[in-house]
Amino acid sequence: MAQIFHRSSNSLAKVTIVAMLLIVGVVVLAAYKINAGSFITDVDVAPGQPVPFSHKHHVGDDGIDCRYCHTSVETSSFAGIPPTETCMGCHSQIWANAELLEPVRASLRTGKSLEWARVHDLPDFVYFNHSIHINKGIGCSTCHGRVDQMPLTYKVNTLYMQWCIGCHRNPAQFVRPRDQVFNIAYQYPDNQLELGIRLVKEYKIQSLTDCVTCHR
Amino acid sequence: MKHDKSLYWRSLDELASTDEFRAFVEDEFPNRTPDWNDPASRRRFLRLMGASIALAGASACTKQPKELIVPYVRQPEEMIPGKPLFYATAMSVAGIATGVLVESHLGRPTKIEGNPEHPASLGATDAAIQASVLTLYDPDRSQTVTRNGYISGWGTFIAALTGARDAAKPKKGAGVRILTGTVTSPTLATQIQDFLTEFPEARWHQYEPCGRHSARAGAILAFAKPMNTIYRFDRADVIVSLDSDFLSSTTPGSLRYARDYSARRRAAAETPDRTPPRLYVAENTPSVTGSMADHRFRMTAGGVAEFASSIRGDTGATSPEARAVLKDLQAHRGAGIVIAGEYQPPSVHAVVHAINQTLGNAGKTVVYTGPIEANPVDQIASLAELVKDMRDGAVETLLILGGNPVYDAPADLNFLDALKKVKLRAHLGLYSNETAAWCHFHIPEAHYLESWSDARAYDGTVGIVQPLIMPLYGGKTPHEVMNVLNDAADQSAHDTVQGYWQAQHRGTDFDDFWQITLHDGVMAGTALPEKAPPSAKMPEQLANGAGLEIVFRPDPSVGDGALSNNAWLQEMPKPQNKMTWDNAVWISPKSAEHYGVTTGDVVEIELGGRKVGGPVWIMPGQADESLTVHFGYGRTRAGKVADGIGFDAYAVRTANTLWQGTGASIARKARDYKFATTQHTQTMEERDPFRAATYAEFHKTPDFARPEEKRVPNDLTLFPQWEYKQHKWGMSIDLNSCVGCHACTIACQSENNIPVVGKEEVAKGRHMNWLRVDRYFKGPLEDPELYFQPVPCMHCENALCELVCPVAATVHSAEGLNEMVYNRCVGTRYCSNNCPYKVRRFNFFLYADWDTQSLFGVRNPDVSVRSRGVMEKCSYCVQRINSAKIEAEKQDRPVKDGDIVTACQQACPAEAIVFGDLNDPNSRVAKLKRQQRDYSLLEELNTRPRTTYLARLRNPNPDLEKG
Amino acid sequence: MKPEDQESTSVATLDPGPDKVIGPGHDYGTVTDEIGGVVFRPFLKTPPQMFIGFACAFLLVNLLMIAVTWLFVRGVGVWGIAIPVAWGFAIVNFVWWIGIGHAGTLISAILLLLKQDWRTSINRFSEAMTLFAVACAGMFPILHLGRPWLAYWLLPYPNTMWLWPQPRSPLIWDVFAVSTYATVSFIFWFTGLIPDFATMRDKAGNPVAQKIFGMLAMGWRNSARHWARYQKAYLLLAGLSTPLVVSVHSVVSFDFAVAILPGWHTTIFPPYFVAGAIYSGFAMVLTLAIPVRRWYHLEDLITMRHIECMSKVMLGTGLIVAYGYAMEAFMAWYSGGQYERYAFVNRMWAGGYWWTYWILILCNIVIPQLLWSRRVRMSVPAVFVIALVVNVGMWLERFVIVVTSLTRDFVPSSWGMYYPTVWDWSTYLGTIGVFLALMFLFIRGLPAISIFEMREVVHEGEATHAHGD
Repeated sequence: MAQIFHRSSNSLAKVTIVAMLLIVGVVVLAAYKINAGSFITDVDVAPGQPVPFSHKHHVGDDGIDCRYCHTSVETSSFAGIPPTETCMGCHSQIWANAELLEPVRASLRTGKSLEWARVHDLPDFVYFNHSIHINKGIGCSTCHGRVDQMPLTYKVNTLYMQWCIGCHRNPAQFVRPRDQVFNIAYQYPDNQLELGIRLVKEYKIQSLTDCVTCHR
Repeated sequence: MKHDKSLYWRSLDELASTDEFRAFVEDEFPNRTPDWNDPASRRRFLRLMGASIALAGASACTKQPKELIVPYVRQPEEMIPGKPLFYATAMSVAGIATGVLVESHLGRPTKIEGNPEHPASLGATDAAIQASVLTLYDPDRSQTVTRNGYISGWGTFIAALTGARDAAKPKKGAGVRILTGTVTSPTLATQIQDFLTEFPEARWHQYEPCGRHSARAGAILAFAKPMNTIYRFDRADVIVSLDSDFLSSTTPGSLRYARDYSARRRAAAETPDRTPPRLYVAENTPSVTGSMADHRFRMTAGGVAEFASSIRGDTGATSPEARAVLKDLQAHRGAGIVIAGEYQPPSVHAVVHAINQTLGNAGKTVVYTGPIEANPVDQIASLAELVKDMRDGAVETLLILGGNPVYDAPADLNFLDALKKVKLRAHLGLYSNETAAWCHFHIPEAHYLESWSDARAYDGTVGIVQPLIMPLYGGKTPHEVMNVLNDAADQSAHDTVQGYWQAQHRGTDFDDFWQITLHDGVMAGTALPEKAPPSAKMPEQLANGAGLEIVFRPDPSVGDGALSNNAWLQEMPKPQNKMTWDNAVWISPKSAEHYGVTTGDVVEIELGGRKVGGPVWIMPGQADESLTVHFGYGRTRAGKVADGIGFDAYAVRTANTLWQGTGASIARKARDYKFATTQHTQTMEERDPFRAATYAEFHKTPDFARPEEKRVPNDLTLFPQWEYKQHKWGMSIDLNSCVGCHACTIACQSENNIPVVGKEEVAKGRHMNWLRVDRYFKGPLEDPELYFQPVPCMHCENALCELVCPVAATVHSAEGLNEMVYNRCVGTRYCSNNCPYKVRRFNFFLYADWDTQSLFGVRNPDVSVRSRGVMEKCSYCVQRINSAKIEAEKQDRPVKDGDIVTACQQACPAEAIVFGDLNDPNSRVAKLKRQQRDYSLLEELNTRPRTTYLARLRNPNPDLEKG
Repeated sequence: MKPEDQESTSVATLDPGPDKVIGPGHDYGTVTDEIGGVVFRPFLKTPPQMFIGFACAFLLVNLLMIAVTWLFVRGVGVWGIAIPVAWGFAIVNFVWWIGIGHAGTLISAILLLLKQDWRTSINRFSEAMTLFAVACAGMFPILHLGRPWLAYWLLPYPNTMWLWPQPRSPLIWDVFAVSTYATVSFIFWFTGLIPDFATMRDKAGNPVAQKIFGMLAMGWRNSARHWARYQKAYLLLAGLSTPLVVSVHSVVSFDFAVAILPGWHTTIFPPYFVAGAIYSGFAMVLTLAIPVRRWYHLEDLITMRHIECMSKVMLGTGLIVAYGYAMEAFMAWYSGGQYERYAFVNRMWAGGYWWTYWILILCNIVIPQLLWSRRVRMSVPAVFVIALVVNVGMWLERFVIVVTSLTRDFVPSSWGMYYPTVWDWSTYLGTIGVFLALMFLFIRGLPAISIFEMREVVHEGEATHAHGD
């Protein structure tokens, strides 16, 4: 009786088996990479803004304190985005006619708000409170990075749950003295852990990992 | 459903491109009435989209939609984004105000709380007040001035009204009529008076469908002048309610009364030497007050009159009950209250005034003041006069400020026919309702949260009504309309109200006075002074009609119909029978048998030749030969929620059978009407979820609620006990105080963004009340005791739900909260199966309204809006716990007892619900749980609930204790 | 002889009677031809019953498609479930199908280890049945989720939430139990098929069939070495799947036993669920084997012996189940627990579904007692009917346990009823359609009876015959 298959099909069969396993592996890896990559997380991606506002210039060069614009960061869950007035407070004097700032002036003229693209956007079922983090010695740059070096603002952390939990389980790694919270250039000392453990005690910081800490 | 089937074959793109769909998106309120009642067909397109997006979610890599941040251009100073602000204002029902504090997020009112400063509230609210915030955002509210049904403008109206005024000027205003509800607002009254002085021939008529007609007439009958009666339940040892439901919101001041009365009961339960009050209730239909009664006498509403005259004292008491009651009253002279029902005839009120005087209660427990109404007239006569004049063509201009007489005027007046004869009819109202339909002009009224005004409370205290938000739909207040008549069209309501009080104010510090008044929400020292009434003259023996009786009452949830279009109230179970989305003909079991009808039969009831058809509900505890029907239903132009549900009881109500009529007949027309109730089993089935005893028994066996055999030793577990280091949240619910008013249920709904599911879904058993109030009957079917038991999540320490959730969506917090994480839930519903208390609620469909823009405003931004397919339940208002903790942390202090108040606790007029930290031995809740009346539901299961109950105590009259 | 010829010969002569597992006059060739013939028979020569049957099944499959689409578009609310009865048909069907899936492994594995020669002609068949039943069962846990698109959250996989499934939940145990069972059953089934694929490959006329069977045969050459390895592997698999027969339904029963709900909270569940599973499994095997045997005239391969043995197994397991019911009721009374007791009062007369309980007793306990009589066991129609009755009974058993227990639990205020909707029924019937459709395809496309094992039977037959001389 004639051969149905060529002899090569033996080796072919074996290859197939191996190939199958490889393909599965590759797919899984790809999925993981894509999910962790900036395509999904938007890390390092600066969205377009109505006005190309530069933290680098305002914080880095001019040395304006975070709280000058983000007024409610110490008191409220929401750090606060400055009203047009705040911008014009300075820009009615300096760069008063800059083409770049026309939208801001327009906003004040027409009374229509500027519409900033949100950079750090948590899902709606996550309830984050700025004031308590600030109050317990978590610095701005810990989460938002060196905005003083960002011409356009972008995310430096994924804001994934694992990222939050990472700190909530062991705050000592990231807590800094209260007076350093707004120091954008703050460098964690080499003895951070022992300092951290001391501050955690001092500031009565709890490691809150209950679901309802953020979800309700 | 049919259209659905045909629809769902379509592709989404196809859908998105249909005009129908665009209409949907543009339409602010897509769900029509049937859709409200059948969410199965609600917002189907959006759900299709939702489903497709959700399914896309299956492929893990989905990106969040981009969001914008839109800051202020000029930020108000006091405004801190992310933090709510509270403002004091007042809500009036039938003209009588209750002070409230309104929570506002970024300028949008989201939640109503009672105003602790206000005598009528003391921080408490009722269901109607809680739900009023939904009415503010109700997209069915009329949104523009209309003329002959076509869109018009405020200016046009001003022109028309001014024209009419000028035309009437030569005739001194003859032919100009103003129709209002009960007016307690000093400002409005003055405005009207100003007009009447300028136009002496013009008339002001008042009509309130469920107003205090009897009380007013009763006072006049007894004292020959109107007087306002205030009851001091905090001083009363013996209370005899003659069909008075003074614990429910049908009675002005009820919140205060409930607070005072339950405080007495609680005090007696906590300290043996304090005497408990004894409450006798004579009524025809079980009321929440009746459920609190130590002795409830079941009798027809007409029979109450006889009972009243049998406890007068001068004529010998006939029945043994009456004798016992009389004896008890006489034993407590000056410490008793006899209170007549709002809906009992004036003669009963007169008798009661006389009794209270002869017993020396007047001036002690029963306090009299001048009338709180600006113009206390006989409103029925007033309306009848108006109708007569309209029919005679004597009325040229009729200005209806609020109200809905076409719907709720006594049927025999034929208001509508007369109305049609008026040349210029203008209607001011929240909704373009039945009356608006027959008026040339309709002006959208400003909701009280949008208004400047003022109003008096049950004791006369003036509260200033200040707006929380600009009128959403350009609504106007009565003040502004009156300004048009008074030729001051450009004056704002604010200036009018402020101007009035400036004129009243003595001294120069008006601005401070005004600021303080606005801040407190109460105008200091405006409570009416006590007045000693002239000795009441006792009317002759009271007679009672014969034959089958029909009793008219405002609906327990939607009242006289003004609140009909409020979906929260429609879905609020009526306390007595847990019915939603309907009214019914309530009949006693015996009478039902006698007339051969049963629950679900559709009958036609006839009174004085007028007929109306409605479904029957057999109500245990209802008096025989007495039917009770409720107003507020059978609306035709209420809005998409209320149109076409229930039947209109006003259709058979006449001017002389305002509250009850005899000689009625009942005949079955159809069967098998489907009600939607939230509780099917009426009794406790040999179980004891609700535990009660008499004070005497309690003092004999203090641990009756938690007998030895029911206890479970604390170490009865294989697992090591978790130690709650920081906090240990717990709740105590005092069944001895709870009156079953359901304010907590609606407060919870408002606080926690709980969706409305509609009648069909409720009928399937899918209502979403996080905090349900169970109602049990105990004793004979004919005349049982009524028990109310609020049941939120028990937050068990050994929570069974947590054990079985496969994805850890419900877990235990370090503080003992039973957390429900919506965004982790996949919806196996196993937790609900394993919950012995069945307090978990499931989103079988997308119940949350995701597309009605205007309703987004009412949502609490601190609580997730749940999507389809997730479980939800009471969270002990964890959002309040968190913010209180964060504030305390920031101030580096421990959380104080009372920092955290749950929504239900805050609303409760009886202070029956107490929440707090069990780790703090001095917290109120910890103390309450140490009481001997404390017991937990199903303790034998060893679930260790954090929510426990304090058993009910009764104080029966030994002379009447049967058996 | 060619299968076509059989049309002429009468059934009676084919069936060798209750003591034989194979008809007379069979040699290797005839067995191969007869079984292979079913597959190689020209398409149009397929018995009309097969066409009709498949058509009906296929309609039901479409019904399922509609029902599931609607379910996904609208949410589980399209079903009759509510609070308190949050689990309805979905879970009832899930348990029912899993149960049916039990006969396969039992027959192929345990009976193999017990050297029951009568298993050979029905094992392949019931293995396939197992697979398809488990497939149907597998659908429900996903369909019944509120958010089915998140079903993968029940699997332990590393994720950016740093979250894992909650291992204390029986539903997680289910995930593993059922998936393991499905996998092992499949491997077992496929391994069993390999030599037959080879046979089919060699028998196949057209090149396409040759290629297909060739690939499936994975280069089987009937060499002694192949056979030696093969026997070892097959035994190992049998040993491997034996514990699964017990484990799967025990785990499924934990879904209920672990919960506190009266009527669920019972330690006797694992053994009596397993017994029930085998009970329903055999019932289903009979339900399917009897018609097929008739349509393809396989009476000489699936003999009365088989039918009688299966009837006996049914009788036995049926009695265990009966004992289970008795114990459940007795314990409820003996425990003295108010709620436990009431659960049974509710089941038997107080509740809204009391009648389901009594029908269940009738179907699962009363009627099967007829099988004590040999005459009933020997009557094919009778056995067929009883098998059907047991299928119904076992479904009702799950309904009584799942639904009736939920209608009335602890707090009277939240008692409620459950009314299945048209979508509940559609989903249920739909899965029956899927099951039957797959069954028909399998019978038509693959050797429904293990050829090589039948050959062994023939061989043993001859051997004994030779001794006889």
